[in-house]
Amino acid sequence: MKESVIVKILRYQPAKDEKPRWRTYRLDVSGDSTILDILNEIHWHHDGTLAYRRSCRSAICGSCAMKVNGRNVLACETPMHQFRGHKLKIEPLPGFPIIKDLIVDMEGFFDKLQRVKPYMVVDKPIPDKEFLQSPEAFSRIRESAYCILCGACTSSCPSLWANENYLGPAALLKAYRFIFDSRDDGTDERLDIINDRNGLWRCHTIFNCVEACPKHIDITGCISHLKNRVVDNSL
Amino acid sequence: MRPEEARHMHQIDAVVVGAGLAGLRAALELARNGIEVAVLTKVYPTRSHSGAAQGGIAAALANVAEDSLELHMFDTIKGSDYLGDQNVIELFVQEARKTVYDFEHLGVPFSRTEDGRINQRPFGGHSSPRACFSADITGHVLLHTLYEQCVRHRVHFFNEFQAVSLMIEDHVSRGVVAWDIRHGGLHVFHAKAVLLATGGYGRAFKITSNAHANTGDSLSLILEAGLPLEDMEFVQFHPTGLYKHGILLSEAARGEGGYLLNGKGDRFMATYAREKMELAPRDLVSRAEQTEINEGRGVGGMDYVYLDLRHLGREKIMDRLPQVWELALNYLKVDAIEAPVPIQPTAHYSMGGIPANIHTEVIFNAAGDVVTGLYTAGEASCLSLHGANRLGTNSLQDAATFGRLAGGRMTGFIRQAGFSPVSSNPLDRATERIERLISGGNGTERHARLREELQENMTRHAGVFRNAEGLGQLQKTVRELQQRYRNVRIDDADQPFNLDLIEALEVGHLLNFSEVIVEGALVRTESRGAHFRTDYPKRDDQKWLAHTLAWKTDSGVRLSHDKEVVIYMDRFPPQERKY
Repeated sequence: MKESVIVKILRYQPAKDEKPRWRTYRLDVSGDSTILDILNEIHWHHDGTLAYRRSCRSAICGSCAMKVNGRNVLACETPMHQFRGHKLKIEPLPGFPIIKDLIVDMEGFFDKLQRVKPYMVVDKPIPDKEFLQSPEAFSRIRESAYCILCGACTSSCPSLWANENYLGPAALLKAYRFIFDSRDDGTDERLDIINDRNGLWRCHTIFNCVEACPKHIDITGCISHLKNRVVDNSL
Repeated sequence: MRPEEARHMHQIDAVVVGAGLAGLRAALELARNGIEVAVLTKVYPTRSHSGAAQGGIAAALANVAEDSLELHMFDTIKGSDYLGDQNVIELFVQEARKTVYDFEHLGVPFSRTEDGRINQRPFGGHSSPRACFSADITGHVLLHTLYEQCVRHRVHFFNEFQAVSLMIEDHVSRGVVAWDIRHGGLHVFHAKAVLLATGGYGRAFKITSNAHANTGDSLSLILEAGLPLEDMEFVQFHPTGLYKHGILLSEAARGEGGYLLNGKGDRFMATYAREKMELAPRDLVSRAEQTEINEGRGVGGMDYVYLDLRHLGREKIMDRLPQVWELALNYLKVDAIEAPVPIQPTAHYSMGGIPANIHTEVIFNAAGDVVTGLYTAGEASCLSLHGANRLGTNSLQDAATFGRLAGGRMTGFIRQAGFSPVSSNPLDRATERIERLISGGNGTERHARLREELQENMTRHAGVFRNAEGLGQLQKTVRELQQRYRNVRIDDADQPFNLDLIEALEVGHLLNFSEVIVEGALVRTESRGAHFRTDYPKRDDQKWLAHTLAWKTDSGVRLSHDKEVVIYMDRFPPQERKY
């Protein structure tokens, strides 16, 4: 069954616009549409100039994080019926420079990930088969490995709004994923990197990141574990 | 050449098109070997669709039960309905264990056995638990690990770059022309060796598990270059697509013990595969589902059946299948702990692709002559490892193993080869194509409408069941859509991040290779693996135990069935396929 929906989208076309402006679309869509379905409907059949990122449609690629009615969400997994009155207000992820319409510049975000050495460092001899790791040790890193690098957490972090040099929740979560991996030998170096004035102490446990994470990762909890680890190491 | 064109000229040893598992694994191998390598990708590397693979990566590690290379080989051959090339399958199973251990050493977080080894679970068509997994996000962790390692090893990433033409002259590859999606503008990548690893083409269908990006671009570019594609009629339909959405629910759901139920509440697989039940191969299970639906035994007489996980219990579902649980909840509002999940077959995997020999070198005829400097791996390629039907978890292994081997092969070539000269201006064709779309103000056809008509008709007539009448109609439809595409228009006239332009290019590709799928399916008057003809329901080895090669010509598609299947008659002669 078709339902009417009013969609306000923050548009920005660098060739034409000095600054972003709101544009309203009224359309009829199937009642079980997601936010991405609605953007597709607009782009395909109403206004081909609308630009946004999307790919997998199944909440695993992390392309389509954006702000809908005040919340950072993945457009592809968010049904419109979550929002009352079928009125939608869609904006690009806050805290990132806008390139065009709903597309933001993520280069800085990816650069920060690189700063925490986001790869396993191994000093010991490589075995013929696998490194052994207990199920318990695996379960310590399992949740953090679920991160899809969508940027929803980093975008929602007030500490980052205050200081753009702060590493931010996604990069710290990545550091956690390796520091707490029982196979990794790069811990000390990584702890030094995050124990920096733009590192983990800028997290004031506001929990916005946890609320924004579409994968429900306890990012603040992971950062707290990192803080404890740094303190333990310095004793 | 104008100055702004010169700024967009790159000369680099190796270019990889596509940043999924195959592309990244090849890039890592090249970089580890000290080769300068550029990766061109339409989406950020971690957004590639390999990341959506859930259930596992196949290797006979024998960590939880007895297993052997011979058994993995036999299962893959039987799964392929004897169309897979057995020399390729043999190499594949030999290299698979090394690929998995290498991943583990690179840091992939695998689920573990009690004694700390990589855990393995059963999967359809495999006769031993062989799927090495990380909960149900296996592809995701493999992809992210490879991306991290590629950055570490200084692979040059050109993110949000779309390949628009291949520079091939006299059967020698000289590089790629690509469009910079973010800024606009064409770039020339002059390279000694090029790897095509752009993944699958499921977007030709309406109900599909594939990402928006899976539009088979490099396959279409191959056809445009006058080169053939192989076995395109073999498209896998995955049995557990989320109803109406087509989104993948991992086969791991059945590997962990999930049931399939029809509208009467019966485990209908007992009728179709008494022994393997839900763990029969995908082609067989999808046909069983579609038969139940067609004969009125769908749920409430509708076009879906159920995947039932309830008996597994909350703990197992949340530990092993959390993504499956969440997808059902978010998209269908079904809590899989409490209720069965509506599912239907969904276009999932492309067995066909760019023909290549066992060394991943692209070939251009049945004799196996090679396009110098051009390579392919992963779903875009057809070696042919999967034949007429792929087994679950063999695809991640295929992409990673042949990506790795391609990287090695390219290294050897690059070390002894020079840069082949580029004679004509490589930008001409690409510039014309882009300018026609951006400034073509008089067009009346919206690309999205053409795509939707194609997808609708492909799902209806080239789906799980096919016949001459439907395929004949479809052939006509595709040709009409190709004609209408000449009159396509786009709304967006700006260059930076012009999604309208990208989608228009992609629809052109879909229409281009879909004709080859349809022609191949129409001519192959037998049923083998995923290709099932209701008017020719039997496999016919006398006539059709051969690969299809297909070229686009001015007068339509030209097919050849001269490419022989490599079969070890003494070890694995073709037999009837029963499960």
